[in-house]
Amino acid sequence: MNLPKYATTGQRIGYYSFMTYCGLVFFFLIAPIFIVLPLSFSSSSFFEFTPEFMRFEPEAYSLKWYKQMLGICGVDVTTVCTNKWMLGVRNSFIVGIASTILATSLGTIAALGLSRPHMPFKALIMAILISPMIVPLIITAAGMFFFYSQLGLTHTFTGLILAHTALGTPFVVITVTATLTGFDTNLIRASQSLGADTLRTFFKVIMPLILPGVISGALFAFITSFDEVVVVLFIGSVEQITIPKQMWAGLRQEISPVILSMATCLVLLSIALLTTVELLRRRSERLRGIKSQ
Amino acid sequence: MSEITNSGILTTDGIPLKESLKKAERKNKIRALLLVAPLLLFIFFTFVMPIGSMLTRSTDDSYINNVFPKTFKVYQKWDRVGLPSEEIYATMFLEVKQASGFEIGKASTRMNYAKSGWKSMIKKSKRKFKKISENDGPFKDKMIEVDKKWGDPEYWLALGVMVDPTTYEYYLNSFDKKYDSEKNIIDQPEERRIYTKTWIKTFKVSILVTFFCLMLGYPISYLLATLPLKYSNLLMICVLLPFWTSLLVRIVVWMVILQQKGVFNNFMVISGLIADENRWQLMYNQTGTIIVMTQILLPFMVLPLYSVMKTISPNYMRAALNLGASPLHAFWKIYMPNSVPGISAGGMLVFVIAIGYFITPELVGGKDGQMIGNWIGYHLKTTLNWGLSAALGGILLVIMTVLYWIYNKLVGIENIKLG
Repeated sequence: MNLPKYATTGQRIGYYSFMTYCGLVFFFLIAPIFIVLPLSFSSSSFFEFTPEFMRFEPEAYSLKWYKQMLGICGVDVTTVCTNKWMLGVRNSFIVGIASTILATSLGTIAALGLSRPHMPFKALIMAILISPMIVPLIITAAGMFFFYSQLGLTHTFTGLILAHTALGTPFVVITVTATLTGFDTNLIRASQSLGADTLRTFFKVIMPLILPGVISGALFAFITSFDEVVVVLFIGSVEQITIPKQMWAGLRQEISPVILSMATCLVLLSIALLTTVELLRRRSERLRGIKSQ
Repeated sequence: MSEITNSGILTTDGIPLKESLKKAERKNKIRALLLVAPLLLFIFFTFVMPIGSMLTRSTDDSYINNVFPKTFKVYQKWDRVGLPSEEIYATMFLEVKQASGFEIGKASTRMNYAKSGWKSMIKKSKRKFKKISENDGPFKDKMIEVDKKWGDPEYWLALGVMVDPTTYEYYLNSFDKKYDSEKNIIDQPEERRIYTKTWIKTFKVSILVTFFCLMLGYPISYLLATLPLKYSNLLMICVLLPFWTSLLVRIVVWMVILQQKGVFNNFMVISGLIADENRWQLMYNQTGTIIVMTQILLPFMVLPLYSVMKTISPNYMRAALNLGASPLHAFWKIYMPNSVPGISAGGMLVFVIAIGYFITPELVGGKDGQMIGNWIGYHLKTTLNWGLSAALGGILLVIMTVLYWIYNKLVGIENIKLG
């Protein structure tokens, strides 16, 4: 993609305008995410860069929104100070972790079955298993709202965890089946002929090899639950505050800059998760002997 | 071949080999199925059944038949001319009087969809009927005295569409149609025609978002596919990071940028491009919805495009240039046709996701940016017209299924890649 030395003026113009265009698109993709970082340290109660903030005046900077988010209420804080954010963090982690564990175990076992050469109705089963990822969330939420209320599962954490598990499993199934392609089944035979039973073979031979796929699937399932707001809105009660639900409420009712502090934390979390998944993907490719060119 | 099977090769235990193989295969099949079974059952109960039950709701009209069973029975005998007979009035009177307040409330809401006015009439009657004794017939005149709408045949005729416990009325409503009292399909009154417009708007926004994603995504996918791996891996992070960032965070960020005193407008004012008093209205309208959705869905366009472009050998372009084609011509004739599978996969994916969007239009769309998903949510939570929300959801589901079927034919659903 380098410009050769003999390029004509026209080619040069074309090349540089193409590069500028691409640069702008990357800017459009990535810059918005980082705008929130400095703004969360502003003392202004609105979502804007005040002139004082741009002149780097110390009074324009403050940590008060972070303190509010953490539930530390100082004397200088005039707005209502509640502990809803920390409650949201707690609930999000409870629901997220519980549904991740469920989704990962169900999804991994199913992926093992799907990768067997003798699987009947493979296409149909795959379509059903992936459907929670495909059906628009609003339809899923509507269906669950009707059905779970008949079973008394709305307004409960159990209902929420079940719903999020269903939404997370497709990601586990997809990532683990992807890791299992090119899996050498002779390893299983070798292990069995050496006298290991099914469980031992699974934990000692299969698991270490598919672990990268399982972990990235689990991370996908976790972030799906952690970021999910539509289903929570429809089947959760006031008690089931999660981070996205609290942000939703914050955006609709009390537009408070605490949202920006929380957003900053979430951006940092997403960077951490992305790094982990990328490292795992490379490790998995190395393990399976797929060269990344 | 047939000779061998007929003569029957036997295994050591004396069973024909064919049968023995079949048995082993069946065992393998059952084992594979058993592994998938837990998840399949789980998805069936937590996901498939809820959606199925929602769909049955979209044609279900039995509730009102259960509240007024006798009235609807005698109603069917009525010739639909003039006012109904005393018998119909009397059964209606008794059933309104006997039903619980909750049932009456729910049933009258349903009746109100057929003709507005029923709800207030039933509510008022429920209150006033208490004073009239059950043995105090005939009731016709007394009921008309309570509310003169009881004497209007229009209201009685409107009940006709509810006699059947299965109804397609909600589906008709979803396209601004309804039944008249003789069960002919007619247009909704002018002021209630919103859904056809919303469907068109939903398609329009989704098409525009897909188009913009393609315009922005194609060049950068090309760049990513042609750069050496160490640079493209770095740039790929720019595509993947938004993908991993919370949807609500991205919406918050766009609010910071697009609002009247937001980053974008401030920048334009400071650089003198627009005057301070006519800052652009970029949020709470369709423009806002399209801008934000484009940024959110761009990774879904780039990833499939990139994976297709990665497989196009650079030698094709070199050959075309070598044979004397201008770069643009070579691109148009050689590279573009090769990348079509990526365009269709990415375009389809973005379109399908966009069409069911709920959160983004709800938060940044304002009144003018609402899509069909928002109406489903509105009827679910606010008006409690669940039949209509189920019907709208059902139609959306059918559209999605058809689109995914096409997508599956084009690329195969199992080829969906993550990150």
